Amino acid sequence: MEQIIVNGLYLGAQYALIALGLTLIFGLMNVLNFAHGQMYVLGGFMVYLVYSQWELPFFVAILVAALTLLVVGAAVEKFLFRPVIRKSVREESTMLLAAGLAFLFDAIILLLFGQKQRGVPKIMDGVQMLGDFIVVMPNDKIVIGICTVLMIVGFMLFMQYTRPGRAMRALAQDRTAAQLMGVNVEAYSMLGFAIGAMLAGVAGGLLSAITGVSSGIGAAVSIKAFLMVMIGGAGVVPGAIIGGFILGMMESFGLTYLREYGDITYLAIFASLMVFLSIRPQGLMGKPWG
Amino acid sequence: MIKQTPFIQKVICTVIFLLVVLVIIPWVLVFTERGDLLTTMTTVALFSIISSGVWLTFYIGRINIGQGAYALLGGYVSAILVVKYDMLFWLTLPLAGLFCAAASVLIGAPILRLRGVYFAMVTLTLTEVARLFAQAMPITNGPRGITNIPPPGELSIFGLTIIPDFAELENLRLGFYYLAAVLMLICFAGLYRLVNSRLGFLCRSLQQNEDLASSIGVSIAWLRVLAYAISSFLGGIGGAVSTAIVQSIYPATFQIQESVNYMLYCFMGGLNYVFGPMLGTLTLYLGWGLLSDTAEYQLLIYATVLILLMLFLPNGLFSIRLWRRKQQ
Repeated sequence: MEQIIVNGLYLGAQYALIALGLTLIFGLMNVLNFAHGQMYVLGGFMVYLVYSQWELPFFVAILVAALTLLVVGAAVEKFLFRPVIRKSVREESTMLLAAGLAFLFDAIILLLFGQKQRGVPKIMDGVQMLGDFIVVMPNDKIVIGICTVLMIVGFMLFMQYTRPGRAMRALAQDRTAAQLMGVNVEAYSMLGFAIGAMLAGVAGGLLSAITGVSSGIGAAVSIKAFLMVMIGGAGVVPGAIIGGFILGMMESFGLTYLREYGDITYLAIFASLMVFLSIRPQGLMGKPWG
Repeated sequence: MIKQTPFIQKVICTVIFLLVVLVIIPWVLVFTERGDLLTTMTTVALFSIISSGVWLTFYIGRINIGQGAYALLGGYVSAILVVKYDMLFWLTLPLAGLFCAAASVLIGAPILRLRGVYFAMVTLTLTEVARLFAQAMPITNGPRGITNIPPPGELSIFGLTIIPDFAELENLRLGFYYLAAVLMLICFAGLYRLVNSRLGFLCRSLQQNEDLASSIGVSIAWLRVLAYAISSFLGGIGGAVSTAIVQSIYPATFQIQESVNYMLYCFMGGLNYVFGPMLGTLTLYLGWGLLSDTAEYQLLIYATVLILLMLFLPNGLFSIRLWRRKQQ
């Protein structure tokens, strides 16, 4: 039981970090970033490249992954999303662009890194034990978990107390009003997209140390991120975090207790999500119709 | 304002289109013995039926990425009825469609209250639910799927053969092509009629402003469930026919990738044009096939073209025509 909760918390922290980026992009630009999972994979492969191939320290690798995705995110916003949003009649057009982008990233990752599942060397050996085999947690998982929580807290503080953070929150609340107050909407949209992409990349980088990384998992990661955002409410930062932890817990419990009925954990999660959303369409913390 | 096309022009266009679909394409492909391309065109016809359902949900202002779920459901209903209950394929076809429509009413009634991205995400998960469901249910035979489905049998009324037994056809591919093409024509004729009827105008009012529509007395809840049911019906029909053609179905036959593709086909053709899904499917599916020579660069080129098209033609291929008219 305790083990399940600890596993759930660990998973939840990872998921929350993934969902944060997605919800930030959605909140700022009303864009559902289909390529989020691919950005995650890209981050994972950057870490693989720097840490495992070039044998530089792990935190340097994370830094490289973060910077790469920051640049990629900014470029994608400036050269792709901005012109399309300006030109199209219906806002759904951005979804086609995002889906195309997901394909593009998939293709690039496949060409650069191949199909193989890549693992990176363990960043730390040994396990911590609480009590007598009540909770067993490998050291590297603990370190990654702490890093993740630090990232989340750092991001929250950034959004809450810095000038760009305030500007982005204003943007998410009301774009026009923010523009009237003199917020540079275009620059902050770009920054928001870049940070969203960076969070995906960092999450992918951190997790690659535990699970490795492979080119095909992008879409599955995106789906999970969508789930969390739906649970918490789209475009709301605390919602994404809560959604991440809820999904982590559900997965952890489901994998333990539903195992005897076969592979139905995700079926149960999806089904309960459908029921939940029909009662509360905007998620736990979302504004109605975001 | 959009100018009305003259009646004569409409008739000529329709006749030319019918000739191309029913005569020219099959003849050319049979004479040049390109059976593979005939199969491709069959798939294009089927996928445009499925995407036309997605288009209809776009028409009421909902982003539908769950069409794969209904295609899968329709395929399974037809396959199970044919294999386990020895039913005639032609009977299972409408049954599959109706089953999907009924299921979509149950599912749609709660989730159609969602809007925008929320609806998109729920429908996306719906595709995944359908796949997992097909894997977990005993009647669907799990991940092994249903294989060796017999080809459609003979349909006759009072001893008069209306549709011959597909197993005895000389050219099975041609038979399937005509099946898909005729269904596609019926589907789009129906859709065109629907869009230009009172119901179509009401649907457009939903797309523009639901609250306003509801305030002047449009029953929005009923309308959107109806549109969604028609959309799922089309998905089910398309899924059932494509199952009959490949003679097998697996939980992985229609996945999220497929659902996203159907949405892309609609975008590609243009969301404001009834025949958008047809043109979009033709372009993207054919384009994807043509790119297969480029091997590992296939996805890269496809994605790049998709993004470039979106950059320069964000309102779909059909918007080229509109643009030219404006210039005149």
